[in-house]
Amino acid sequence: MSERPAKIRIRNLRKSFGRKVVLDGLDLDMGIGESLVVIGGSGTGKSVLLKCVLGLLRPDAGSISIDGVEVVGASSAARDAINRKFGMLFQGGALFDSLPVWENVAFGLLATGRLRRREARAAAMAKLAQVGLGSDVAGLHPAELSGGMQKRVALARAIAADPEIIFFDEPTTGLDPIMADVINDLIVAITRDAGVSALSITHDMASARKIANRIAMLYQGKIIWAGPVADIDSSGDERVDQFIHGRADGPIKMAIRA
Amino acid sequence: MRPFQLVGHVVLELLATVGRVVLFAGAGLGHCVRPPFYFRSLGRQLIEIGYYSLPVVGLTAIFTGMVLALQSYTGFSRFSAEGAVANVVVVSITRELGPVLAGLMVAGRIGASMAAEIGTMRVTEQIDALTTLSTNPMKLMVAPRLVAGLTMLPLLVIVADIIGVFGGYLVAVYKLGFNPANYLQGTFDALQAEDVVSGLVKASVFGLIVSLMGCYHGYTSRGGAQGVGAATTNAVVSSAILILCFDYILTELFFSR
Ligand SMILES: Nc1ncnc2c1ncn2[C@@H]1O[C@H](COP(=O)(O)OP(=O)(O)OP(=O)(O)O)[C@@H](O)[C@H]1O
Ligand SMILES: [Mg+2]
Repeated sequence: MSERPAKIRIRNLRKSFGRKVVLDGLDLDMGIGESLVVIGGSGTGKSVLLKCVLGLLRPDAGSISIDGVEVVGASSAARDAINRKFGMLFQGGALFDSLPVWENVAFGLLATGRLRRREARAAAMAKLAQVGLGSDVAGLHPAELSGGMQKRVALARAIAADPEIIFFDEPTTGLDPIMADVINDLIVAITRDAGVSALSITHDMASARKIANRIAMLYQGKIIWAGPVADIDSSGDERVDQFIHGRADGPIKMAIRA
Repeated sequence: MRPFQLVGHVVLELLATVGRVVLFAGAGLGHCVRPPFYFRSLGRQLIEIGYYSLPVVGLTAIFTGMVLALQSYTGFSRFSAEGAVANVVVVSITRELGPVLAGLMVAGRIGASMAAEIGTMRVTEQIDALTTLSTNPMKLMVAPRLVAGLTMLPLLVIVADIIGVFGGYLVAVYKLGFNPANYLQGTFDALQAEDVVSGLVKASVFGLIVSLMGCYHGYTSRGGAQGVGAATTNAVVSSAILILCFDYILTELFFSR
């Protein structure tokens, strides 16, 4: 493997919950400025993978390094410094329901003490505008927004502190096709133009093709295929073909329990 | 499972839980004394515990004082010792009933709401989101609640002591026909700094227990609405049991010399 500088480098990552093995020796690299999309079936451990990288879950074994710094087992101070480079869009939004929208977006800016409240509010407005929300929603609480609007607020919050690496956990699920495309464009703008590295997770192949430079497929706890987005249709792997064409029959058997 | 295995399993599980709670408490208290401090969050908790619990604690205290006067009067009149009513009311309220009942009421009110709030934040990933936004959830959510429990419960108990003794006075004077001046004199004669202070120390410990159980069960809850419900129940039940347990331990420490 070439010694291209990697933003994120994961080796032999393992994570089980009780007897259930979720990640089983996973290797993955993400280059600087790259937009990597991880695809895979429901429940294959995509969210678990992100949470291990973010330090929200402790892996059972393996190594994760960010900008060449090992983060598994790092001290909490080192962890804080690394988390400062991150922005995360949670699958369920995870907006703070006790705070108005603008404070949600400005939370990271206020937490690091970088900005005063007034400046943070202005910055939050700018990020909200970037995701297509007007100033009229700034004072509302998350519970008063539609699901799609919540997603956009969560996106604004993830990018508010201008992170170096952004993690998107299913950015387009639950949105109408047009809104989904708006979000895709936004992600492309953030990653391609601002040079931010992005690790995204999705089942939505249209979205994956649009936002990715590279695609990796997670299956049974391992990355079974990774390559440039242009090669996805000629991967030569039946499991990848089955997934991208959404066929029920093929080597991947969905466990359906009555 | 065989009975011995079962007992062993339960004991091990209990010890493991105690260990986890002690570690959680240590981490939480550590964050109370290390910056950054979240004063807004602390202020909200101080008001929530100290101010909004006043009606509940006050009502509990006044009826307790009233019933104490009535019970001890009917009981003591068998030995013609009615004169001890003021004494009994003061000593029982300040030493025992003020802190214990305030603790139990606050456990129902505050412990439950802490567990529900933090538990909901846990299962909706808001706690995880805090971490990704450079905020330590132990510092923002747990530390202010521990400080507020520790400091506000003694204040509530001072109020409860006063209202409880006043409740006893009402019943003694207006129902049992005591002379107000004599009753008050009896009250002040019975009032001991040691009793009040021991009650306030107990209150602090109980406040910490309530906050700790609320935060711990909320923080470790999992699995959606049902998990949050279980966390709430566990927070209230475990604080109630721990309050009664520590009440005995502290009484032993203070008074068995
Ligand atoms: N905290 C946890 N405790 C126990 N099991 C967990 C936990 N988190 C995830 N799992 C299990 O790990 C597996 C992978 O979960 P994960 O959320 O990563 O799936 P996913 O690939 O993100 O799926 P989806 O596309 O539906 O979001 C699931 O089977 C889930 O039951
Ligand atoms: Mg997921």
